Amino acid sequence: MKPTPLTIAAVVAVVLTYIRVIFFTPLEALQGPAQKILYVHAPAAWVAFMAFGLVAVASVLYLWLREDRLDRIAESSAEVGVVFTTVVLTTGPLWGRPIWGAYWTWDARLTLTLFLWFIYAGYMVLRGALDDRATRARYSAVLGILGALLIPFIHLSVYLFRTLHPQPILMKPSAPSLPTEMLTTLLMAFASFTLLYVALLRARYRYAVTRDGAHPPEGHGAQ
Amino acid sequence: MRELLRDAWLIARKDLTIEFRTRSAFFSAVVFSLLAIVIFYFAWDATAVAAIDLAPGVLWVIFTFSGLLGMHRSFGVEQPDRAIDGLIASPVSRESIFLGKAIASLVFIVAVQVVAIPAVGLFYNLPLSGVALPLAAIALLAAIGLVAVGTLFSAMAVNTRLAELLLPMLALPFFVPIVLPAAQATARLMSGRPVGDAVAWLKLLIAFDIVFVVACTLAYPYTLEE
Repeated sequence: MKPTPLTIAAVVAVVLTYIRVIFFTPLEALQGPAQKILYVHAPAAWVAFMAFGLVAVASVLYLWLREDRLDRIAESSAEVGVVFTTVVLTTGPLWGRPIWGAYWTWDARLTLTLFLWFIYAGYMVLRGALDDRATRARYSAVLGILGALLIPFIHLSVYLFRTLHPQPILMKPSAPSLPTEMLTTLLMAFASFTLLYVALLRARYRYAVTRDGAHPPEGHGAQ
Repeated sequence: MRELLRDAWLIARKDLTIEFRTRSAFFSAVVFSLLAIVIFYFAWDATAVAAIDLAPGVLWVIFTFSGLLGMHRSFGVEQPDRAIDGLIASPVSRESIFLGKAIASLVFIVAVQVVAIPAVGLFYNLPLSGVALPLAAIALLAAIGLVAVGTLFSAMAVNTRLAELLLPMLALPFFVPIVLPAAQATARLMSGRPVGDAVAWLKLLIAFDIVFVVACTLAYPYTLEE
């Protein structure tokens, strides 16, 4: 598969962002270079949530409209989401070790992210364990919807274990609590990661189309 | 609504009759629970950690896994000769098939709890008599949530290539918001705190039960259609 202009643009945007992160963004006074991991961690988390949100939306729409395309979107978005969740779960401990003194704590957000990873890893295993395309689409849509319903419950139950995670920097009622230079870099990282997500989603979707075209559904149960 | 419940009860009775006549799953789940109680006792230093600190966790881990054992059978019994096709063809709604299966599993889990909770109290020497009623309420609320989610995933998992492996993989993340509040509430009660201390956790359990009983009942028909 040749890289599309979108993929190239996404990769270039990410590379430019990290050139800025490494060479043109000041060091944080207390945390030093460790703080720069924020520019990977936070946008990856944003993309993961967006990806799983799209899985839920595509799943509901699939059960309603029965469009194969919607199933392929859910499939692609879940897979890309798991990749970004893995990035979140890897970069977090790398930062946590020098700053918190521990790779892992059972903080509400960490636990929630870990369970997101479990839910959608299960989602991918379920897909792999089903051969019939229509059954696979229906089952995974059901799991995609229930998974989205579960998230607030996990969040509520683990929230009662006091949270240690840094509080929101951008999405909060008062003004963002970052110096302008760092804020610009962070916003660039969010934008380039979103672009990367769209590019990966499209590439994964095109793969699903090619695959389904190569193995046309046989007989009953696959209309 | 009345018809739905009547049909559900018919299906639950069918499953319970099968279970009562063979007693295979119930017996193995009870023995499994007792074994787990024993194994857990030797898995920690009893001179360093008091039994009362570990008992709530032990109790809920046991219920989770023995529940999975029973739930796997829920749709497993319909696999030979594709008996599920007979159920689908019969003049009952698909929602009542789900509710019937869930009721049968609920009876199964409650029966295991009736044996396992006193056994934990006995083996770990816990003061259970004073908290019996609130503890029973927690156990029932938790069992409803476990059964709603477990029954739906059991229906899906039996049709996959990985049946036994897939059910725990799909269901366990969903059991977190059940096991966590249930174990916390149990711990509060066992350490002699007033029932009011456990109310927040109970509310969470009730909310989970309502949301997932409704969601799973509505989702079940989508796992059937051919």
